[in-house]
Amino acid sequence: MEQTTVAAELNGDAALVARARQGDASAFEQLVQKYERRIFRLAKNITNNDEDAEDVLQETFLKAYSHLDGFQGNSKFYTWLVRIAVNEALMKLRKRRSDKTVSLDEGVDTGEETMVREIAVWEDDPEQKYSQEEIRAILHEAIASLRPAFRTVFILRDIEELSTEETANLLELSIPAVKSRLLRARLQLRERLTRFFKRKGDDIFAYL
Amino acid sequence: MTSLLTCKDFLTALNEYLDETEDAELRREVERHVNECPNCWVVFDTTKKTLKVFKGVDLHPLPEEVHRRLMERIHQRIGGASKPQA
Repeated sequence: MEQTTVAAELNGDAALVARARQGDASAFEQLVQKYERRIFRLAKNITNNDEDAEDVLQETFLKAYSHLDGFQGNSKFYTWLVRIAVNEALMKLRKRRSDKTVSLDEGVDTGEETMVREIAVWEDDPEQKYSQEEIRAILHEAIASLRPAFRTVFILRDIEELSTEETANLLELSIPAVKSRLLRARLQLRERLTRFFKRKGDDIFAYL
Repeated sequence: MTSLLTCKDFLTALNEYLDETEDAELRREVERHVNECPNCWVVFDTTKKTLKVFKGVDLHPLPEEVHRRLMERIHQRIGGASKPQA
């Protein structure tokens, strides 16, 4: 995005937040309509459950409204919103797990875990073989198969396009931890998708 | 640098490469490695395609009724308190 567009967008949000703080309901509604799609997608990707995603969506905007005065103008409104949404979504995730041990710290091994098993060339346009609906199902299943610790990093970095620093800050992880989880998530997803997108007749063999 | 990256180093560098690192040296080394190593070329190519597929699809479009219920709750909340607590 161009510098000027970014600046305009930031100013736009800041102005809307300022008006919402003064009690201008339509300003807050504009903010909701601008970000509800991204917050819902984030919530659904993390919780992997329709009902939870809807709760997270509602709670995020209601909390944002209640805490507008606590919003520091020096961060982006969207990043602030994402922080609320991620916390809400992780709480839901923990509640759903009977063992209540879902943690973003799990799986922080630095060992020589095998990261690449299938090597097969993909079709040139792998998406063409499937309907939009099937692609969604494949991608959704692939993301859902990741451990929460990897999934959350992938969602924030590669889907919501937050920076490494923003992601580290939000999840209270170090920058190297974000990078290493992102790499694993990307490679695991690659592995999953290879099953669907590989070119017919190509051999699969292991390396590393 | 003259020696080729090992496959393991390539994987680490791949992350930076995909994040569009401005480190020209690192980009060159990744490209040189994949030109020499067919397996890593496949990993390189399919990982790029993985990200492209994910970026090209809105996985969870917002259902109309979810949007409607959200707006209802917001209206209730804003209607109930004309102003956030100062």
